[in-house]
Amino acid sequence: MSYRLGVDVGGTFTDLLLLDQQSGNFWRHKTPSTPHDSSQGILNGVTAICQEAGTSPSAIEFFLHGTTVATNAMLEGKGARVGLITTVGYRQTMQIARSFVPGGLAGWIVWPKPEPLAALEDSFEISGRIDAQGKEIAPIDEAEIRKILEKLKESGIEALTVSLINSYLNGGHESRIGALAAEIMPDIPFSLSHQVLPEMQEYERTLTTVANASVRPVVGKYVRNLRDSLRSCEMNGSLSLLRSDGGLMSSEKAEDHPVSLLMSGPAGGVTGAIWVGRNAGIKNILTLDVGGTSTDVALIENLEARRQRTTEVGHLSVRASALDVKTVGAGGGSIAYVPELTGALRVGPESAGAVPGPVAYGKGGVQPTVTDANVVLGYLPESLLGGSFKLDREGAEKSIQNIADTLGISLMEAARGIIDIVNENMFGALRMISVQQGYDPRHFALMGFGGAGPLHVNAVARLMDSWPAVSPVSPGVLCALGDATTRMRTETARSFSRRFNETDEAEVIGLLQEISAQTRAELMEEGIADEDITSQFELDVRYEGQAFEVPLSIDEKTLLEDGLKGVTDRFDEEHHRLFTFNMESAHELVNVRAVALGPELDLPAPTLEKGDGDPSAAKIRDHQLWADGKMQAAIIYDRAKLLAGDVIPGPAIVIEMDSTTLIEADCIGTVDPVGNILINLA
Amino acid sequence: MPAQIIQSNETPFNTVAIDPVTLEVIENALRNARIEMDATLVRTAMSPGIREQGDAFPLIADSKGRMIVGQFGSYIGPFLEGFDGTVEEGDLIFLSDPYSVAGAISHSNDWLVLMPVFKDGRLIAYTSMFGHMSDIGGKVPGSMPIDATSIFQEGVRIPPIKIWKSGEYNEDLIKLIMHQTRTPDWCKADLNALIASCRVAARRVVELCDRFGEDVYASATDLLLERNHRAMQKLIETSVSEEKVSFEDYICDDGMGYGPYKIRCTMWRENGRVILDFEGTDPQSKASINFLLNENMMKMFFGIYMIMVFDPQILFNDGFYDLIDVRIPEGSLLKPKFPAALSGRTHALGRLFDILGGLLGQKTPEFLNAAGFSSSPHLFYAGTDKNGKWFQLFQIGFGGIPGRPLGDGPDGHSLWPGFTNVPNEFLERYFPLRIERYETVSDSGGPGLHRGGNGINMVYRFLEPGVIAIHDDRWFVPPWGVNGGEPGARARKLLIKNDGTEIVLGNKLEDYEVEAGDQLHFVTWGGGGWGDPLEREPELLAVELEKGLVTVEGALRYGVVLTNGKVDQSATDALRTKMRDARDGDLPTFNYGPDIETLRANCLAETGLPAPKQPQWQTAE
Repeated sequence: MSYRLGVDVGGTFTDLLLLDQQSGNFWRHKTPSTPHDSSQGILNGVTAICQEAGTSPSAIEFFLHGTTVATNAMLEGKGARVGLITTVGYRQTMQIARSFVPGGLAGWIVWPKPEPLAALEDSFEISGRIDAQGKEIAPIDEAEIRKILEKLKESGIEALTVSLINSYLNGGHESRIGALAAEIMPDIPFSLSHQVLPEMQEYERTLTTVANASVRPVVGKYVRNLRDSLRSCEMNGSLSLLRSDGGLMSSEKAEDHPVSLLMSGPAGGVTGAIWVGRNAGIKNILTLDVGGTSTDVALIENLEARRQRTTEVGHLSVRASALDVKTVGAGGGSIAYVPELTGALRVGPESAGAVPGPVAYGKGGVQPTVTDANVVLGYLPESLLGGSFKLDREGAEKSIQNIADTLGISLMEAARGIIDIVNENMFGALRMISVQQGYDPRHFALMGFGGAGPLHVNAVARLMDSWPAVSPVSPGVLCALGDATTRMRTETARSFSRRFNETDEAEVIGLLQEISAQTRAELMEEGIADEDITSQFELDVRYEGQAFEVPLSIDEKTLLEDGLKGVTDRFDEEHHRLFTFNMESAHELVNVRAVALGPELDLPAPTLEKGDGDPSAAKIRDHQLWADGKMQAAIIYDRAKLLAGDVIPGPAIVIEMDSTTLIEADCIGTVDPVGNILINLA
Repeated sequence: MPAQIIQSNETPFNTVAIDPVTLEVIENALRNARIEMDATLVRTAMSPGIREQGDAFPLIADSKGRMIVGQFGSYIGPFLEGFDGTVEEGDLIFLSDPYSVAGAISHSNDWLVLMPVFKDGRLIAYTSMFGHMSDIGGKVPGSMPIDATSIFQEGVRIPPIKIWKSGEYNEDLIKLIMHQTRTPDWCKADLNALIASCRVAARRVVELCDRFGEDVYASATDLLLERNHRAMQKLIETSVSEEKVSFEDYICDDGMGYGPYKIRCTMWRENGRVILDFEGTDPQSKASINFLLNENMMKMFFGIYMIMVFDPQILFNDGFYDLIDVRIPEGSLLKPKFPAALSGRTHALGRLFDILGGLLGQKTPEFLNAAGFSSSPHLFYAGTDKNGKWFQLFQIGFGGIPGRPLGDGPDGHSLWPGFTNVPNEFLERYFPLRIERYETVSDSGGPGLHRGGNGINMVYRFLEPGVIAIHDDRWFVPPWGVNGGEPGARARKLLIKNDGTEIVLGNKLEDYEVEAGDQLHFVTWGGGGWGDPLEREPELLAVELEKGLVTVEGALRYGVVLTNGKVDQSATDALRTKMRDARDGDLPTFNYGPDIETLRANCLAETGLPAPKQPQWQTAE
């Protein structure tokens, strides 16, 4: 018997999902997170879930983990103290930060400028220069470098980074400095920009390198600590972490390249949605992951999630591949308010967070939130989490009444208004990743997960016209499911920056083969057999001079058959889809990229017992909720008792341990063979 | 004659009741559509000016042309009043001539597209965007000749014309226009990008009308304008006094040896409205630094400043326009007469923001910011490389952000919304030059409790012979400090020839020949300081010394003595006492530095450039 265990550590709960690799059966568990040392919460969960499954941690072959440890270290400024060596004249690259000031005209008046991730006092310049063709035009001075390294050693930095101008074309100088650093300060880890990100643009390359170095000690410590804890309870299987781009990497690799982990948390939900979609036979999915303070959305086309080349963390935009996940400040804890000057009804982005939380949680919150509105409208029944926890309906009503009074509308209208506005904000985010990218949302299903996703998914699907609205099996632990079911992945990119008419198929294929061999070797080092590795190629193409590249995936055979012309034709097609026009300008091949993927998990989802279509056996009680401007009769069901094929007419509510699904008045929910609820218009 | 709107369906919109939720939803959707316009533009434009630097401005207006979302306020009203033609379904209007739209755009480099949006034969909205083109022909690369004496020297002038007329594309027209520019590829791509952005926004408006109905949409946009009107009314009552306040500031020179030029504005409240009167502003210049200022645009600037200074939560639109009365004397620097040259208007545009800050903050020093708008410093570099390929660079630089109530002004940042620098590796890859230094200039920010941001020193090494042009200001009249803060350092341009000869270049310079190997130090202004520099935490100076942001001498201006990188506490105490004692009464609200005559007298010694001469007015008064 062997198992895969997916573990997702959130701010409040640690979610676990244990998958039997033979039968496909699974167990799920939720346990409070232990922020001072997450491994404790994880261990509690591991012990509990193994007990439930009647097994022991030693039977876990793969421990697969999504973590926000890198993200939090960056957001909270808890990264390491990083030293930076730059080319002479470029010490202040991070201070100037491309001169960008957010906000509109006069936005500078109210903008608090963040301190650079590598402090200026820890930044030093060296002589030596590479030109824009990669040629050395001034040599480095080793004596000077030694002096600086000695000084940095004294200063107490915890990590060193080197980012020299044009090193993306020639990393020779950086490598030499790395060698000297290894000699002079052997205990300090160093990162070289041409290795972390061999791409043009000095600010972005430096920032990415510094970010990587900054979170490395925190992530390293976290991973080693976790590994030790797991080993101590006999979990001797492999430990992998989820990358921002939805693939897995070994924990050792993650220690070296933690910048790839910055979106690890949200990526779990998206990979989970892909797994659910595959089992449910739904290939095009928009995801709606609603948490306490924010909502993450992503687009999955043909069971592949869209990726992007940047990862946004706080105010920083780091160059590392990530799933194209958009986040809006709209969640269960989003606060509703009416500003005095305008008298408008606003919802979010301020959030009541986990503490004090919504008024209904009775933990001291006084400002009305989205959750409170859901309680008032009857969408969230008073007893959550299997009855151990009662919601304060009266408090919620009181807080929303204030809003209603200010606006001069009824309590229910105000509550429904708050929900409509927050749904609209989610809708806005979904449009950004669909319509704005040239996708028609009517060709997609909408999947809601996270604590509150299934509450909003029906209403948002209506706005998007994306059907069915899906409430997946175990919506509350979908991230852990994603961790458990995705595959290993690694990628490498090279700047190319030349016109198509200045190269040919042979050169491009040669380069692709070279970097492809590199990525395959990386996966083989992780113990994956050569024949289990799948390689993919991507070419980033644009019209020469544009700032925006379209990544096109391609294989060697097609490239040989259709030639580079085939690539530019596809680019024109894609450009037209995105922007409605094409240009006569030359095409430029900006980057080439190779991706290597480990074997795909081949496992059937366990099916649910087939019912007769009547969900009555799962009925808990009758209920009243607000729909279409009036209170209406509704039924509350227990999700655990629903059978495949059950048809649930709206309005109805389906509750389970950690999530609540709302089926609206003129809709029908159908339970599919594996237990997902598919909601469609009646 | 005002424009004639042709609708096949003349049914007026019914005013219907709008609940607050729908209103919020529609406002949000419009805001998203506007963000989408920006995104579309950046992705498809090609000139570094637009794609990297973001020099473009979108808006969505209602069927009467009033801006609902956008940045610089609507020019559509004045445009429609002056447009002798029809506005029909399937039209796409294109223009660049400032004089034909009362200054709605202010120099011919800005190309503007305007799209009336129709649904079922009814005009429901306008979407519009303008962006700065890298070159539109004329006497110099970049098309912004400092020494131009008429707009005819500044490249192609496009009156309001239709690229698409009732759905029919006029290809010949585009060919004709593109034939005038040195950079047709960039202009074509950028124009396409502007159009694609307007189309995206138009689609979103139609979708909104599909969803809510035209009546609801139109009533909602009315309400949004009203809401803004109400909010601004309250703001005006509480923050603008009935007593007149005036503020004046200067453009250093006109690039032809004359200057400085004064801009003066007086503000007061009268019957609930704000009057902004530019009486006392100098007459127009013979050269190109004139700024044809559209009254509506000035209203928007004022509104945005009010909001940012006093209550940043409000979203702005055109709703408050009738609360403001802008008076600009004919024939002045801000309302020059046709065919005065306009291409160098960026300096006066920048200066307006300093003046607005000074005006609004005068009675409420706690909200006052120091000065920091030079303009947008431009560098042009053009020529033909060894392979016979034409190259042309147009780049916008940045300087020091002023000291603010919030804190220090950031070093080397942009005062313009959304602008970024062009990555230096990009410049080196695509132009024959190297950037040998890219750093801020220590001590250039004005001392203060909150110091001004440092200016930038960008050092170019030109690898091919060519011509350069420079447009910058604040080299003669320094950016002022406030509430005890001191002025920031002035801008400076230095050319070092291969043989080591140093030549101080003017900050407004045209068609200057450079040789391969020449090195240009392009130094921008520092922001003014905010608050008493003697109150600044001495340890901060020690840290900033280590960061290279101030020097030991610079720290003395804060009364801080640094020895071996550490604060010498007793020497600092002594120096601060001495400096306080030497003060003559209270610190002034504004510290402009020396007066104009003193600046003139010391100009050559301090800047390496001859003092500008008192301008001689072109217009007989």
